[in-house]
Amino acid sequence: MTSANRIILIVCSLALAAVIFLPIWRIELDAAQYPEGLELKIYSNKLAGNVEIINGLNHYIGMKTLHADDFIEFTVLPYIIGFFALSFLAVAISGKRKWVYVLFAAFLLFGIVAMVDFYRWLYDYGHDLDPNAPIIVPGMAYQPPLIGFKQLLNFGAFSIPDIGGWTFIAVGVLLAYCTAREIWLSKKNTSNEKHQF
Amino acid sequence: MKLKQYLVLSLAAATMATSFQACRPKGAGNAVTGDAAQRTYIPPGQYDEFYNFVSGGFSGQMSVYGLPSGRLFRVIPVFSVDPEKGWGFSEETKPMLQTSHGFVPWDDLHHIESSFTDGMPDGKWMFANSNNTPRLARINLQTFRTDEIIEIPNTGGNHCSPFTTENSEYVIAATRFSVPPDGEGDVAIDSYKENFKGHISFVSVDKESGEFDIAFQLKTPGLNFDLSSAGKGVSNGWLFISCYNSEQAHTLLEVNASKNDKDFIMAINWKKAEEYFKAGRGKKQTNVRYAHNKWDEHTHSATHEIKTEVTVLDITEFEDLAYLIPCPKSPHGADVSPTGEYIVGSGKLAALIPVFSFEKLQNAISNSDFESERYDGIPVVKYESALHGEVEKPGLGPLHTEFDEKGNAYTSFFVSSEVVKWNIETLEVLDRQPTYYSVGHLMVAGGNSKNPYGKYLVAYNKITKDRFLPTGPELCHSAQLFDISGDKMELLLDFPTIGEPHYAQALPANLLMDKSLQIYDINANKHPYKTNGEAEAKVVREGNIVRVYMTTIRSHITPDVIEGIQMGDEVYFHVTNLEQDWDMPHGFAIKGANNSELLIMPGETTTLKWVPDRTGIFPFYCTDFCSALHQEMSGYVRVSPKGSSTPIKYYTGESKPTT
Repeated sequence: MTSANRIILIVCSLALAAVIFLPIWRIELDAAQYPEGLELKIYSNKLAGNVEIINGLNHYIGMKTLHADDFIEFTVLPYIIGFFALSFLAVAISGKRKWVYVLFAAFLLFGIVAMVDFYRWLYDYGHDLDPNAPIIVPGMAYQPPLIGFKQLLNFGAFSIPDIGGWTFIAVGVLLAYCTAREIWLSKKNTSNEKHQF
Repeated sequence: MKLKQYLVLSLAAATMATSFQACRPKGAGNAVTGDAAQRTYIPPGQYDEFYNFVSGGFSGQMSVYGLPSGRLFRVIPVFSVDPEKGWGFSEETKPMLQTSHGFVPWDDLHHIESSFTDGMPDGKWMFANSNNTPRLARINLQTFRTDEIIEIPNTGGNHCSPFTTENSEYVIAATRFSVPPDGEGDVAIDSYKENFKGHISFVSVDKESGEFDIAFQLKTPGLNFDLSSAGKGVSNGWLFISCYNSEQAHTLLEVNASKNDKDFIMAINWKKAEEYFKAGRGKKQTNVRYAHNKWDEHTHSATHEIKTEVTVLDITEFEDLAYLIPCPKSPHGADVSPTGEYIVGSGKLAALIPVFSFEKLQNAISNSDFESERYDGIPVVKYESALHGEVEKPGLGPLHTEFDEKGNAYTSFFVSSEVVKWNIETLEVLDRQPTYYSVGHLMVAGGNSKNPYGKYLVAYNKITKDRFLPTGPELCHSAQLFDISGDKMELLLDFPTIGEPHYAQALPANLLMDKSLQIYDINANKHPYKTNGEAEAKVVREGNIVRVYMTTIRSHITPDVIEGIQMGDEVYFHVTNLEQDWDMPHGFAIKGANNSELLIMPGETTTLKWVPDRTGIFPFYCTDFCSALHQEMSGYVRVSPKGSSTPIKYYTGESKPTT
């Protein structure tokens, strides 16, 4: 494993540690009456932003109120991210190429599972509506987009990664780069019958 | 990896991030027409084109603005006390705010409608409703004062009011909160369906004097009535009322009154109701108590009387009085087009606007094209049978519709915060403009008449947030002026309003300005405590009541020295303003009075009651800057202990001491 890659992994480890405390995802809501916009920030361990105002508005369409306590994710997520931060550090210290591959596979899997979980979460909230809600538009669901923009009645919902999410993505990209580089190097080494390690 | 590779990679990341931002639609922004300033600017000394009478909502008052400038000219006190004008504080005005519940100092003035002759504003009166303690008021458009207030019995929340018929034969008052009829009220609230009733009052208006009289009431099932419009032209003789809570829920209406897919517009054949009433088919109800308060311009005083009888016709006992038209989702506006042919229902939770045809409604009625089940005894016309068509995807939360002179309709949308223009015949959406924010009612100049004046549309907004300089948690509501003379609506102006502007009316300036009263003729003043000139100014003791016959003229008050008042006295200052000059009111106030000032118009007599709370000298003065020597327009009252030997003594100037 190159020392450059080891440094990258150490940087990634620190970045992941920071993600525990940074907002990971952000859902922005815009409506004529809210020129200043409303914002829902999703951290690894909590919800922040205009949660109460959004809950208040959502009762018109019968959406369940958002409470951090209802999500097991907020309990386990900081530990998972912490575990990854330590793993990045451990792999960097060990310097073993094989562990880079394992780490990449685990990180990718985690990313996919996390996004699937997030989608399921949005789907439930958007579809599980109180049949006694004041406003019922036949056939209308209020699932915010996983990423990008969607108009939900008078609200435009814009969903994007926040600083923590972008960091997470950047870590993934850097890990992918390290992995690819190590694969390339290992192939080159095998063909050259030479060990660089 | 080389530097170049890093650069390419970071560029790719940045592009990705910005492309996410790019897929987000831009807001409508602030599309103000380029020459808006020119089109709303009224140069100093020049007049506006329209008087705009705007409801003051929870201020209880009516405001008068100019259009297109948005300048505020006057706040006319109606249902709430106004210490600035002595309204509800002077002895003369106190009876105006009397009700069967006693003196009520505040109310919630929702809607305004002008008096009509032949379906056009005639410039005589404005009518206004109070929502809390149900009342109806008539405002005189010569004096810009409230001339009459009548309380509405059997009613809880007079929201669906004061809409008038084509010749203002009647002003309508209808209950927003159905309640048990007066005198039968002590029932379980969950017995709503059985005991709670709606009442629609037809208050007649005397063609000359304007005087109100509750001619008859129609008793209905316990629906909530929201707004109404009388038919005009082809539909003259009919009345259309939006009804919500067809569920007849009595708790958590937010949810329980929003369940039915369709509520109703009630079509009432009021000419028929009048016939039945005149034929004596109504029942006299004598357990009601309601106030009828009238202002007399000659005595400059109000009288208050309690009435105890009303005639009620139960609509379920007549076959041909009322019909229900299904209308989606808790309708607010029920608005009749200028020709009278179309009735626009605005379901505030609906995603379309149904437009009903009067002709089709008549056909459906004559063919008995009804739903198989009646609603509490009232025939329900089939939705499709009365429908002219639906405006598709107009916006979210339609509330209220008015019309221009070119066959277009304008509907306000609260939820999507916009005004939408559409064609009445083709039902095609022609234009939409955002409002800032959450428009309630809108008003087109003359937009509820047979021949709308058009040109201007005003949106009355509930939320202003970032539109004006912030003033703490409580922000003004606002009006937004649009020019509607072209194909597209053009936003010209934002202006703040008093209280909450619900409905409004705009009348051409030339209809009113020439007959606006300038002074009250002092020779026609029939006030019982009028002072006929300074020579007759006096102070009279009647037991512990002391009457001060006082005059004001630039720049002195007569008398301005008063002695002999004692603790325990009730002092009445009857102030006659001797001026006969335009714009020359005088004010009157005295130290420590648990009361407001008086503001006395030229030729008028007004009374302030004062009960001194301590001995000593009490200055009084003119509060309305009247002349160069306004500051000198003042005087003193001496208050002595009870039983003091100080005699009554009064004068102005050394030359005329009087005892």
